[in-house]
Amino acid sequence: MPPTNEPQQTAGAIRIQPRRHLSDRSIQNLFIWPTLALLIAVNLFPLAYSLYFSFTNFLAVQNKPPGWVGFANFGTILNEPEMWHYFATTGRYALMSVGLQTIIGFGLAMLVRRKFFGSGLITTLILIPMMLSPAVVGMFWKMIYNPNFGFFNFIVGAGDAGKGVDMLASKWFGTSTPGLALFAVVIVDVWMWSPFVMLLVLSGLNAIPEYLYEAAAIDRASAWFQFRRITLPQVAPLLLIAVLFRTIEAFKAFDLIMPMTGGGPGDQTELIAVQLYRKAFLGTFQTGFSSALAYIILIIIVAASNVYIKYLNQIKGEA
Amino acid sequence: MARFEERGPRLPVAQATRVDKVHPRARTVRVLVALVSVVMALVMLLPVGVMVISAMKTRADVMSSPPKIFFKPTLEGLVLLLTDRAQLSEEDQTKMQALADQGKLGLFARIALSTGMEITGPSAYVTRLKNSVIIAGTSTVASVVLGLFAAYAFSRFAMRGKNDLLFFILSTRMLPAVVVTIPLFLMYRQLGLHDRHLGMIILYTVFNLSFSVWLLKGFIDEIPKEYEEAALVDGYTRMQAFFRIVLPQAVSGIAATVVFCLIFAWNEYAFALMLTSQRARTAPVGIATMMGRGGIEWSAIAAGAVGFLVPVVIITFALRKYLLRGITFGAIRG
Repeated sequence: MPPTNEPQQTAGAIRIQPRRHLSDRSIQNLFIWPTLALLIAVNLFPLAYSLYFSFTNFLAVQNKPPGWVGFANFGTILNEPEMWHYFATTGRYALMSVGLQTIIGFGLAMLVRRKFFGSGLITTLILIPMMLSPAVVGMFWKMIYNPNFGFFNFIVGAGDAGKGVDMLASKWFGTSTPGLALFAVVIVDVWMWSPFVMLLVLSGLNAIPEYLYEAAAIDRASAWFQFRRITLPQVAPLLLIAVLFRTIEAFKAFDLIMPMTGGGPGDQTELIAVQLYRKAFLGTFQTGFSSALAYIILIIIVAASNVYIKYLNQIKGEA
Repeated sequence: MARFEERGPRLPVAQATRVDKVHPRARTVRVLVALVSVVMALVMLLPVGVMVISAMKTRADVMSSPPKIFFKPTLEGLVLLLTDRAQLSEEDQTKMQALADQGKLGLFARIALSTGMEITGPSAYVTRLKNSVIIAGTSTVASVVLGLFAAYAFSRFAMRGKNDLLFFILSTRMLPAVVVTIPLFLMYRQLGLHDRHLGMIILYTVFNLSFSVWLLKGFIDEIPKEYEEAALVDGYTRMQAFFRIVLPQAVSGIAATVVFCLIFAWNEYAFALMLTSQRARTAPVGIATMMGRGGIEWSAIAAGAVGFLVPVVIITFALRKYLLRGITFGAIRG
């Protein structure tokens, strides 16, 4: 019999298997690092890269190496009235669309709050716009707004081709009305994202304990009083989350606007993200300048997201 | 007293109910609310209806003014979207017509012929659809697999600065696309990843990764730790416990995450617009920049938009239980 290295198994002896056994610590690293590495390579590193560019006068179409200009880009942006104008447009856009979304979303949630026959189906149907591709939505609303054959013109009763309402050119029955184009974009954004507010508010409404309303009914509280003192305070945290999230998104708004108006007419719908795209990827590819602009937007959004995530954690803690 | 007898004894109270709920006025209000919600749903769906109608119109009908509500439905939009065509001479048209009459032409060819055209091949949009499928599909698999491991680790292991890490992961999702794309554009150009599938797959994987980590962590948090602990005591290794105990329990959560990632990647526009030009260009950019003979080919765009709509409707219904979780990064269970 050839000699064997295997230990002889004796009755009653405990054999410890020499199995390769990863410690929890190494499993943890193994599981987390691929994700972190990717995020660092594709998000963090580019951000650091563009922070560097924001201090240079680099143009991506030139082969010249970037020249250091210090804070000049930031200075130019903050001193240029045009930029302030774009920020103001973005602010107006955010205010209008988030405001309307909140009101309409809240209203929709109140409507479908109590179950009735088919309410589940209706809720789901209302949620469909939210899931669509913003770019595709922008394109087909452009068609709906078309002054010649669009349904919008037809529905507002403008009738004749070309004479009626051309929302995207800011023309109301032939009179040019600046701001109409921005409002047209707001309508689409509201159409798309009111369901989002509705969904969040609805979950808040469903979490309100029924006994609060029972107690209020026994005390003969009016419907308005119940709404103000029970519904509103109970839903407020979730409503705030929705508002915060939509505000962040409004400052990032690009997908919807780009195919629909491309910033036009003139610069009436030139939101800051569209302007950033124009500076960075069209014309002279002003990489340095647009990196600086990107950082300014980034600071605004990071501040808002910070609040959002803190708030989200807080809500989660309560739930 | 007699009146009491006439009505008979009162029925015992079997169910307590609130007066304010059975009051006729309350009932009227409920009916009204239901009606108004139906109307609101119809208003919300009106643009979708317009889109579906426009997709079934001919090129001429789409551009008619005022818009036609009654028309003969056709697949012309779809043909315009998916094929490249060439004008036929009258002579050729009659020849083709003869072929069509013999039943030798396919459906698309017959539709093209009815507009005096001949199909010369698939359009660029077909390539873009393929790109979308490849990029969205691969990146979804990658981000869900990576996200699953990370989510498990975040859910089960105590580690220093866990909340900060999770915060960092979520914050990457909040970045505006353009901000990340400026440096990525230069990096990709250097690495030769610009306008390549791989570049887009990497980008979309990372884009969805933060989402999938958060969403999956929520689902894994809900699986009781005790299951794995029992398995570990029984001699399973951590890996075996993960694959044999946790994964099967998380299947529905994983499915929901997959679908969300798919739809995000499928719908994405900004990155694709800036980082692709031809080869790896995806369908949303294709639709948004589609031009035809003499301007924008609206019936083709409507057909393309409906192509985007159909999966979304199915997914919305399939995922309605998880929608709230999905859009709040798994933070709110609903």
